[in-house]
Amino acid sequence: MRVAGTKVVEVAGLRKAYRGTVAVDGLDLAMDQGEVLSLLGPNGAGKTTTVEILEGYRRRDAGEVRVLGEDPERAGRAWRARRGIVLQSNEDVVDLTVAECVGHFASFYPRPAPPAEVIERVGLTTKAGAYVRSLSGGQRRRLDVALGIVGRPELVFLDEPTTGFDPEARRQFWDVVRDLTREGTSVLLTTHYLEEAEALADRVAVVNLGRVVATGRPSELGGRQEAAAEVRWLGPGGWQRRTTERPTALVRELEAAFGGEVPRLTVTRPSLEDVYLRLIGAELPGAPEGAER
Amino acid sequence: MSRTTSAPDVPGGAMATAGMATRGAASSAGAASRLVRASLSRARVELLQFFRSRDAVGFTLALPVVMLILLASIFTDRVRGTSVAYSQIYTTGLLAGGVASTCFLNLAVVVAGERENGTLKRLAGTPMPRTAYFMGKALMVLTTCALETAVLLLFGHFVYNVQFPATPWRWFTFVWVTVLGAVSMALVGLAFSSLPRSARSAAPVANLPLLVLEFLSGVFVPFTSLSKTIYDLAGIFPLRWIAQGYRSALLPQYFVHIEPTRGWDHAQTALVLAAWCAVGLVLAARTFRWTGKGER
Repeated sequence: MRVAGTKVVEVAGLRKAYRGTVAVDGLDLAMDQGEVLSLLGPNGAGKTTTVEILEGYRRRDAGEVRVLGEDPERAGRAWRARRGIVLQSNEDVVDLTVAECVGHFASFYPRPAPPAEVIERVGLTTKAGAYVRSLSGGQRRRLDVALGIVGRPELVFLDEPTTGFDPEARRQFWDVVRDLTREGTSVLLTTHYLEEAEALADRVAVVNLGRVVATGRPSELGGRQEAAAEVRWLGPGGWQRRTTERPTALVRELEAAFGGEVPRLTVTRPSLEDVYLRLIGAELPGAPEGAER
Repeated sequence: MSRTTSAPDVPGGAMATAGMATRGAASSAGAASRLVRASLSRARVELLQFFRSRDAVGFTLALPVVMLILLASIFTDRVRGTSVAYSQIYTTGLLAGGVASTCFLNLAVVVAGERENGTLKRLAGTPMPRTAYFMGKALMVLTTCALETAVLLLFGHFVYNVQFPATPWRWFTFVWVTVLGAVSMALVGLAFSSLPRSARSAAPVANLPLLVLEFLSGVFVPFTSLSKTIYDLAGIFPLRWIAQGYRSALLPQYFVHIEPTRGWDHAQTALVLAAWCAVGLVLAARTFRWTGKGER
């Protein structure tokens, strides 16, 4: 799916300040066609500002930005038809039915998908005739996705799509996104949830203080796959912990020392959360402010 | 990041260049049909949403009727020395007030709400031609205004014996005053929608100046009881002229003698209303925001 070398998003040296407060401070980012890229970062890191500049909602102070080959500040309607936006929670269109709403937004695009098909894809077929005001939070977000993809975009922006979801609704939502990416649609996902990034993203970019501080596959972020392992066990004098590059050798030594089973033995590598917290400079093991809502 | 990506690597880059020539010729026709399509789509949604908020529809249409009932029950006699009932005079003022509330107040409040609840931001993110939004609003506002005007006039006619415009020429005056008044008020309302800090404050922020203007323009009190200075001051704004236009359409010709200029001032009315259309359009175009004020 991912087409390396064909960039749907290119950002270099992006800067944006609001009344002297720097929100984005020299951010660089690139995204391949067909890729699911997740922007991770604490509140106030500059994620939303960055995404809104890419979407064309905001003007930048400095830097180079290309989205689908064009500068969002100058791009016209044809460009707007090629990307879809799923904004953070909205309260609009409550007096329309799901079908009316999707049909209405389809009318703005040159080559829309059939509304009934889009409604089916987001799993709202049984709710097609229901008023939007009667939908649950999760259904409402799936409608937001339907409105974002009805124009058959090449690139979809998903801004914190599952904030406030229960675990089941979140898993249903993930399936909708996976279905979308199967067709080669590129997705730029902003999220607070590490497990969401790990479940959906080909690559994550960690944003802190207005910059990308690390990028990589979720399994390799921050050198995670090569990081030293931590071996813990219960020794005669209490809990023992040792960090080592060669955990297998250590376990063998321990086995010999204990003459068999090592009590309460665990071998772990840093989790995505450990790596993330280190990257944004948060104190371990406490959660960073705003990382969970 | 790599900055080596050259033009041909951009998805559809070569195709876009090749298609440019053919697209050029068809583009203006295509753009027009897209605008019509999107405008019709917006208009449909606007009307659906309006008529589905039944309480809003009911109260909007009932307000001038209730005002007429109140005023007609307080002032039951006829204008001294004439056969004209006070209800006929009040109807002219309430018609003008109706244009102000269905157009100015309606848009000032509703658009402020749509800015806050994300409607405008979502629409701005689509390829919808932005004019289509305003076309949809125009149709919604004109429909509401026409409905309210009709309900008030019919109710007045059948309950208080309010007389319709007496000649085709007076009907013509009635219609152009309504349309020009509605458009100018709507454009000012659109510009005004950017002033309130939040959707919640939009109604009170828009109501106070409107109420003051309605009193100064002779909507609720006969303009003859206002001082000349105040009445001249009100002449800066469109409402006084709309009220005068309705008087010229609904009152007997001899009432022209109590007008300050002893004339119906149609040319001036048309000029002032057209000027407010222009001012409103420029203000709305310059101040209109598709996202909320408090956004980061």
